[in-house]
Amino acid sequence: MPTNILMPALSPTMEEGTLSKWVKQEGDTVAPGDVIAEIETDKATMEVEAVDEGTLGKIVVPAGTENVKVNAVIAILLGEGESAADADKAEAPKAQAAASQEDIAGEKATSEKIEGSAPGSQRTVPAEGMKHPEPDDVDGETPEVPEGTEMVTTTVREALRDAMAEEMRLDEKVFLMGEEVAEYQGAYKISQGLLEEFGARRVVDTPITEHGFAGLGVGAAFAGLKPIVEFMTFNFAMQAIDQIINSAAKTLYMAGGQMGCPIVFRGPNGAAARVAAQHSQDYAAWYGQVPGLKVVMPYTAADAKGLMKSAIRDPNPVVFLENEILYGQSFEVPKLDDWTVPIGKARIHRKGKDVTIVSFGIGMTYAVKAAEELTKDGIDAEIVDLRTIRPLDMKTVIRSVKKTNRCVTVEEGWPQSSVGSHIASELMVHAFDHLDAPVLKICGKDVPMPYAANLEKLALPSVKEVIEAVKAVCYRS
Amino acid sequence: MASPKESKQAAAAANGAGHSAALAPRLDAPAPAEFSKDEDVRAYRDMLLIRRFEEKAGQLYGMGFIGGFCHLYIGQEAVVVGMQMSMKEGDQVITGYRDHGHMLATGMEARGVMAELTGRRGGYSKGKGGSMHMFSKEKNFFGGHGIVGAQVSLGTGLAFANRYNGTDSVSITYFGDGAANQGQVYESFNMASLWKLPVIYIIENNRYAMGTSVNRASAETDFSQRGVSFKIPGIKVDGMDVRAVKAAGDFAVNHCRSGEGPIILEMMTYRYRGHSMSDPAKYRSRDEVQKMRSESDPIEQVKRRLIETHGLSEDDVKAFDKDVRDIVADSADFAQNDQEPDVSELWTDIYADDVPQAAE
Repeated sequence: MPTNILMPALSPTMEEGTLSKWVKQEGDTVAPGDVIAEIETDKATMEVEAVDEGTLGKIVVPAGTENVKVNAVIAILLGEGESAADADKAEAPKAQAAASQEDIAGEKATSEKIEGSAPGSQRTVPAEGMKHPEPDDVDGETPEVPEGTEMVTTTVREALRDAMAEEMRLDEKVFLMGEEVAEYQGAYKISQGLLEEFGARRVVDTPITEHGFAGLGVGAAFAGLKPIVEFMTFNFAMQAIDQIINSAAKTLYMAGGQMGCPIVFRGPNGAAARVAAQHSQDYAAWYGQVPGLKVVMPYTAADAKGLMKSAIRDPNPVVFLENEILYGQSFEVPKLDDWTVPIGKARIHRKGKDVTIVSFGIGMTYAVKAAEELTKDGIDAEIVDLRTIRPLDMKTVIRSVKKTNRCVTVEEGWPQSSVGSHIASELMVHAFDHLDAPVLKICGKDVPMPYAANLEKLALPSVKEVIEAVKAVCYRS
Repeated sequence: MASPKESKQAAAAANGAGHSAALAPRLDAPAPAEFSKDEDVRAYRDMLLIRRFEEKAGQLYGMGFIGGFCHLYIGQEAVVVGMQMSMKEGDQVITGYRDHGHMLATGMEARGVMAELTGRRGGYSKGKGGSMHMFSKEKNFFGGHGIVGAQVSLGTGLAFANRYNGTDSVSITYFGDGAANQGQVYESFNMASLWKLPVIYIIENNRYAMGTSVNRASAETDFSQRGVSFKIPGIKVDGMDVRAVKAAGDFAVNHCRSGEGPIILEMMTYRYRGHSMSDPAKYRSRDEVQKMRSESDPIEQVKRRLIETHGLSEDDVKAFDKDVRDIVADSADFAQNDQEPDVSELWTDIYADDVPQAAE
């Protein structure tokens, strides 16, 4: 059976090209890999190589022909014992590939239509805007800490250390690596005592090479270890962000589920005090956008401990965003043998009925103070501590907003494409009929962090701004 | 080839004297391995499978069955095949985006690789990875990575895990002369040497990073010496001769297994085809390519040995060709007719556990 040689494409977008030259002529024998012709488009020239062996029986498209369609038969290759007469018979082009390409394109279009339909697109908008549907049952929550549990006052710093130590005792595959984590005991003393207990094999000081050791950690995770990679601050992780996103977050998907990456990237995130633009960025929104990553940003010591233990056990890459200012703050931590907090679940930090303040991490400090102040004005604020940025617990936020009908978000990160922006858009889609006022967001200012004390203060959110925003959504200004 | 005057012993003796040769020994390439008939047959078949597979992939690309990027390994076959002959069970392989040859060499099925190229459900990544992103845990193949140089840190991490776990496995980490200029390569060299990690860095020097020749991109073009600052020894190897690769591979694997830390093998090789399918081929002459093909082809070298040294007939060799052609034809047939992934696959394998997605 003679073989049709087809006009190849130089790229997926090429539809036609010029057959510039035949390198082999009719009657020539060809072997796989032999160049038989040259084709070109306006972009490039390409050699057409033979894939099968045989004799070039017939050239169908002569050299110099322009606008030759991709997949058109350009020549006929004869096998052993076949003659030119066979070539004529074979010429009726099958165009099989072209047809199947169309099928593929058709299927894609259909699937896009199915998956692209917006959630809630069937919604019918009620004419009377201010009449809210019934709120969800809000009292269905079970407390995370069993009643009667002894609580121990602990700093966030100690909580994080305890969490890592407990998990390292439980699982030999867990190890900590980063700059100054071992002998120096951690640049912020988070790993204090770990070298002593676990030794240099499991508490590894690295050179100052964020890109390299992040990639090394990901490779170790591919091989089945469970690394905790400490960045001295997440500002330095920008050097390593390719490995965090392209290697850690995407590989499970690209491998069709074969190759997982159980790793924790942790360290202080956001502004500390007077360290200026390059050391003060909040990455919650950046990492929160990436499918394949889980992103955690706790406020209390109990959450820091419980979430760190969950993050280490998680089979996925987890970005664990801490905060230098919070490290020294003390909270009550339940004294339990194995205290964990589930990733992806927000916590009602303060119950209230008039407005929902949504925050996370250091942002919570503004929210908590504002809520106290607001009681003086008779405003009873509910505070939702997200704790996890991805997967985001919108259910808890929506349930709260359906009760209070008002929402203010608080974070230190920049305003554009912030976590608050995303929450506002989700509320518009899923709780539009419950809102009595536009969702307001309090963010860091849209500027690089200044060094001067007065300017730095201005660049960060303030309790006053949160109070004003709450009053605005309550129409109380 | 490596200069014989700077031997390992001489370098060690001068250590600390401030001369650059003192920092990392330049090792002489070992003499090419003597191949038995069976070894030459294996090398021939394995290399030919890659060659024919890649030719077919190029053809399917031309027909529109393969989309996106497609980087062919034609010309470089002796590198992976020779290295594979030096490895043992448990050793890991990781590479960049020109990865089809590496996958076939590790024993991954031609069908699964080709079906991944066509984006079908029977592909190694269910059609979700494509040419540059394929993996096989079973065959210890860790990808298939599309970001130039990223695999070097990852491969160093595999070696870290080997040392952590106390195994004697070696990480075989491949990258090109282009990737060899990336910063994270040197961050990895530093840690690998500092911690004596069992990793063989294989720099496949095919003379061109995309369209930029080595001379136009690299201040130091002797890549075997890129480990000098990190005390990593290096060997320049004739990457067109599978026996030379095997001999260097044996040496390197032994070096790693005996706890000596990392080693660099610079494989002098050549890519016959373009960087990718839409390569304008303006940066080198046709004569240069033709000269390599006719004088140094890795497969022709073995074919000659099979006939002249091992006494096989043309027909014996043709029988191998036919077997290989059948495997490739079967893979192409499968890859063209297998179904695309189910649309539900859009939402799977994002997390290893059950996590709700934003727009689901």
